[in-house]
Formats: sequence, C-alpha cells, structure tokens
Amino acid sequence: MPGPIQSLERAAAILRLLAGGERRLGLSEVSASLGLAKGTAHGILRTLQQEGFVEQDPESGKYQLGAELLRLGQSYLDVHELRARALVWADDLARASGETVYLGVLHQHGVLIVHHVFRPDDSRQVLEVGSMQPLHSTALGKVLLAHDPVARGELDDYPPESFTSRTLVDLAAIDEECALTRERGWSAAVEETWAGVASIGALIQDRRRNPVGAVCISGAVERVCEAGVVRPELVVAVREAARAISRDLGAARF
Amino acid sequence: MTTLSNGGQYIAAIDQGTTSSRCIIFGADGRIVAVDQQEHSQIFPQPGWVEHDGAEIWTRVQSVVAGALEKADLTKADIRAIGITNQRETTILWDRHTGEPVHNALVWQDTRTEALCKELGRNVGQDRFRRETGLPLASYFAGPKIRWLLDNVDGLRERAEAGDILFGTMDSWVIWNLTGGVNGGVHVTDVTNASRTMLMNLATLEWDAKILESMGVPASVLPEIRSSAEVYGHAVGVLEGVPVASALGDQQAALFGQTCFDKGEAKSTYGTGTFLLLNTGEKAVNSYHGLLTTVGYRIGNEKPVYALEGSIAVTGSLVQWFRDQLGIISTAAEIETLANTVQDNGGAYIVPAFSGLFAPYWRSDARGVITGLTRYVTKGHLARAVLEATAWQTREVVDAMAKDSGVTLTALKVDGGMTSNNLLMQNIADVLDAPVERPFVAETTALGAAYAAGLAVGFWPDLDTLRANWHRAAEWTPRMDEATRDREYKNWLKAVERTMGWIEEDQPSA
Repeated sequence: MPGPIQSLERAAAILRLLAGGERRLGLSEVSASLGLAKGTAHGILRTLQQEGFVEQDPESGKYQLGAELLRLGQSYLDVHELRARALVWADDLARASGETVYLGVLHQHGVLIVHHVFRPDDSRQVLEVGSMQPLHSTALGKVLLAHDPVARGELDDYPPESFTSRTLVDLAAIDEECALTRERGWSAAVEETWAGVASIGALIQDRRRNPVGAVCISGAVERVCEAGVVRPELVVAVREAARAISRDLGAARF
Repeated sequence: MTTLSNGGQYIAAIDQGTTSSRCIIFGADGRIVAVDQQEHSQIFPQPGWVEHDGAEIWTRVQSVVAGALEKADLTKADIRAIGITNQRETTILWDRHTGEPVHNALVWQDTRTEALCKELGRNVGQDRFRRETGLPLASYFAGPKIRWLLDNVDGLRERAEAGDILFGTMDSWVIWNLTGGVNGGVHVTDVTNASRTMLMNLATLEWDAKILESMGVPASVLPEIRSSAEVYGHAVGVLEGVPVASALGDQQAALFGQTCFDKGEAKSTYGTGTFLLLNTGEKAVNSYHGLLTTVGYRIGNEKPVYALEGSIAVTGSLVQWFRDQLGIISTAAEIETLANTVQDNGGAYIVPAFSGLFAPYWRSDARGVITGLTRYVTKGHLARAVLEATAWQTREVVDAMAKDSGVTLTALKVDGGMTSNNLLMQNIADVLDAPVERPFVAETTALGAAYAAGLAVGFWPDLDTLRANWHRAAEWTPRMDEATRDREYKNWLKAVERTMGWIEEDQPSA
C-alpha cells in the first residue's frame, strides 16, 4: 500500500488553517504558518481555488474558504425540491408522449417514486408517489444502476428477483445492460417487471453532474414499442425532459 | 385596415400580473407554445402604499408580446385572437388626449383608502354597498381608489368632469393602448373586472348611479362594461389587425382555465395566498359567511355566470415565514421532507392570523398562534402544522361556500406553486373529504384568457371542446377516517378561537 500523498496532506493543512481563527490569510502567512515554500503553497491554493474550496479576495489577494465546502456538506438534493423543479417538464413529457411519467430516486435497495404524472386520458389512475420499484428490471432502476455506484452495490447485497421471463437476473448481463445504458444515454425495460408494460428512462443530474434521479415514461408495450423495440420518438422525448430538468437543477448544457 | 378573422392557429394571452407581465401563446389543444415574461417596478412611496408605473407596464406588455412571438417563431398572421387577464382592482387614470397616466396606478394591495372606506361606510359600516356589489368596503377595490386620486391629484376632478380623464383597471389600460390609444383606442372593461370596482351593480351589470354619487366618481371616466368574451377591437402594432377578444380578472380567468363551467365546480389557486372560487351558476349568491360575490365570467350575450370567492391571506407565505423568519428549512420544498419525518402534528396547531383573520371570520383583532405545544413536539410536527393550516383554512372557506350556496363540493381543482407539495394536496383531500385534482396546464390563468378569446372568434366552438382539453395530471383521494377528521377539525377551530381578541384597542369589525 502506498504512503500518504504529500500534496493532499498539505492541501488539508491549508484548509484547516483557513478554517481556524483568522478568516482571511495572505499567501506569505499561509506558507510561513505551514513551513511551505511560497511556490508550493501557491500551487496548492490555486488548485483548491479552481475546485471552489478556496476563494481569493480580489482586492486584498487574501484567501478564505470557498462556498463549495459548504455545499459538500449538503450535496444531497431534497426530493421535494426535485419534484418542484421537474413538475412542468414531467407534465409536458406526459402530454407529448401520452404515457405515464415517473420520477424516481435511489432509496435503500430500490427506486422510490417521488413524482407521478397521470397518463393524459382521464382514466382512473392512482397516485403512486411513495411506492417502490425494483432496480434491475425497470427503466428508472437501470438508469440509477448505470450511473450510481451505490445503486450497483445494492445488487450485490440483494440478489435480483425474477418477475417475468424477460427479467435479467444474472449480474454480468445486468452490468452489460448498464454499460449500454451509459453509452446510449437512456434505458429501456420491456416487460421485465410487469407483463404488457414497457418503460424508457433517462438520467437527471445536478449542477455537479452527479446522478440525482431518473425520469421515465411507462405504458402499454403496444404503444411504447414498435416491432419489439421502443419507439425512437419516445426516447427523444424522455431524454429532452431529463435534460430540461437537469438544466433547471443547474447542470451545464450537454 | 383590420380583418375580422384570419387563419391563425394560435391564441395569445397577455397576463398583466402584480409583479410581472407575461405573454403566453397557446395551440388548439391548450398546450403552451411560447412564454415571455418581464417584471416591472414595485413602487412604495410610504408604508402601506403600493404603486405601478402605467407607462412602464404598457412598455413591458408590448415587449413580452413581441418576445413570445419571436420565441414561437410566429407572426401576427398566426395569431387568431388576443386575450387579456390581469391583476384585479389595480386602478389607473389617464388623459384621453395624450394617453399619459395622471398618477401611478394604485395597486390592489395599497391600503391608503382604508380611512376613506370607513368614512364611506357612514353609519352602516363596511356592508353599505354589499347588496348591490357583493363586496364589503375594503381598501382593495377600485372605486375608493378612483375617489382618492380625484381628491389628491391637483385639478384632476375638474379635468375628469370635463371628460378629459379615463379610468381603467389594468385590462382597460392594456386594451385601450393595444387598440390604438389616443388614435381610436377602445375604452372598455369586462364584467369580472367591473365587479371588483364596487361601482357595478351585480344584478344589472351596469354602473350603479347611486353608488357613483355616494363615492363621488363621475360617470364620464368609466369604461363601457362588456362581456368577458367578445371582440372589443383590433390590435395595432406588432399584432396589427388581430382581434382583442377577451378580458378576465386573474382569479376568474383561472376558474375559466380550469373549465369550471358548471354550477358547483370550484378551483383553488395555491400561492403565497390562496383564492378559492365556486361557480354558482346564473345566480348571484349573497354571502352571510364572509365571502365575496363576484361575476365569474360572461360569454358574449349569454347570461352571466356568478361566483363566490374566498381568499386566504396566508398559505404559501406561512411556509416562507417558516423558512425565512424561523430558518427551520432552507427551501420551501423542504417543508414536505421535514413534515414526512413524523406521522402527525403531535398535537400542535399553527393559525397564521398574521394580520387578522380573513374569510370567513374577518376579525382584525386576531393575531397568529402556535398552540398545543408540549415537550413532545418537534420541528417535524410544526412542519405538519404549517401544511395543515393551509388545508384547514381551505376547509373553512369551502364550508362557508356550502352554507351560502347550498352546494356541496364534489371535487376541488387546484393550481399554483404549492400543488407540487404532495403531502399538502393529500392533506387537503383528507380534510375536505373530497378528491383534489391537478390539471396538466399549470398556467390556468393565461389559459382562461386564451380560452375566452378563442371562443369569441370561433377558434374553439364551445365550452365542451374546452372541457375536453382539461386533463387530470394527478388526483389525491381522501384517506383520513371520519373520526380523525372530526377530532382534528375541532382542534383547529379551538386554535382559531385562541387567536381572537389579541389586539385590544381594535374593535372586531362585523
């Protein structure tokens, strides 16, 4: 096992120094306090500044802790905030596709439904907010498995259950499906949890491009698929909605 | 040269609101094609006074119309008609020869006419004009605002009596400018906006000569009262020749946009405050339980449809208070997360009577309370109590409406920002013991104006077609058992009782 990395130790020391008594310190104060060459201290401070962990006062040139450190402590996105931001786009996706829309986030070892928009045909439908869906056999779950290592870890502890003849239960096959999902930017689950139901999902990212959840449409396989594969225009609609929600959460255009 | 109709496939709605003006372009299925929005300045000359610059608002309106057309990549040839919806009661007077406002507009929130309203009540009190107008004497309404301007702007009364001055709520101001201003602009208002002036008789839908005299408002300043859906004139400028074909006050427009066309249908708009309107059909129902009687809408020469209105002053703003003043949550959406950490309110109740109790109590001596506190109560319980306050206030208004109208609500259609709060919507369904329904289009206000304009020019053939455009995006069904509901309501009413009589020098008003 390699030893500790010196520059990281020094960076940590600088952060601790800036977090102590004095709120703002100049370069010479930092280097003197820690016994570092000015050039070394400057290099580390500049790197920390690029990451947002340190900010430099434009007038005095002194350094202080950056806003990014605060965000680290609260990077968890409130699911109700996610719903509020996604509302308009989820409505629009349901209207455009004519299908049910769900938003889901990873919760324990499954997908928690945090938002549900009815299929716009005014038939009797029951709000499913708060219910759970499996990770390995739904479009929402596959997106989370593909992008969130914590989700993938859950599969090792909770072996996937088979629901239909099409459910993938072999971990290698699921990993292959995840790779495909990452590569093409969307997931599909056709009759893998419920017979007759197909869904298409895409990733929602926050401003740091971290995976925060997934959006999907779900509907009768006859409408969502054509000749056994999901309809490309529906894939486009789902991906556009996911991008729009991510943009509203502050993610850069991509 | 104007044309009566063109082949346009879209309707433009101008929503002249309290903080911003927007133009939204709708397609035939009611879906939004483009939106443009601009805020305008809020002018606070002294505490309690709120003004808008009428000229600025007209500039913003022109700009958002052009902006929305550009975003949608459309021209005037694509627009079949224009509809208007607006902040209600805000009052502007202008010179008919120059088109210049004679003073900033007095905004509905402006309380400078409070003393004047007391004086106008004489020995009768705030209900002096209620039988004719459906409204109590309160500082919101336009009539007393006109009177204040005539009394306080130098030489204005003389100019008004000479016929040089025009009055309008924001619908009239926008329509007059949109149809040419000093060059032949039409000076009209619709029945819904006129019903908020305190000058219109609800039964005749005409200006009430006796009230005009009591209020000291010369008839020469008043616009012609027209229906909510008819061609008032044709636009000039970027939309030249397009029919200007609807006007509705914002809450009435939301009622129309929610397609509450049948007697007994109601909508509730949940924002910082909440406005609940119930369609009472062709009958203007007098309220004995603190509600307002108002015109819901009138389509062309058809009979007018009336509504009962209950407003709740503090709903979303209670969540904001919890966030900004108490700092218990950092975003409004977090209230639901916090409330979900507990199963119930733990016995705590919050009654946000921040500036007294409104409908159905109207007690200005009341102030807010948090009650039922024990060592057991956590911030999660208080978060529940915050959401439940909105639900119970809704229940009280709905109950008052049932008493006044005899109509029992079968379902409540909701819109507004707070509809993204799932727990709140469930809670409202639970305490009303009726389903709560959210439609797809969140912009029900602008949609209502578009619908009325589209009807007027035959873009949509009838109300049934509009109703077919309404689709349920979510529905919350009641899950609370009756015993719990009854017990909780009783507790809420006890909490409300504890707010009353806090301000001692102030006598409760009726």
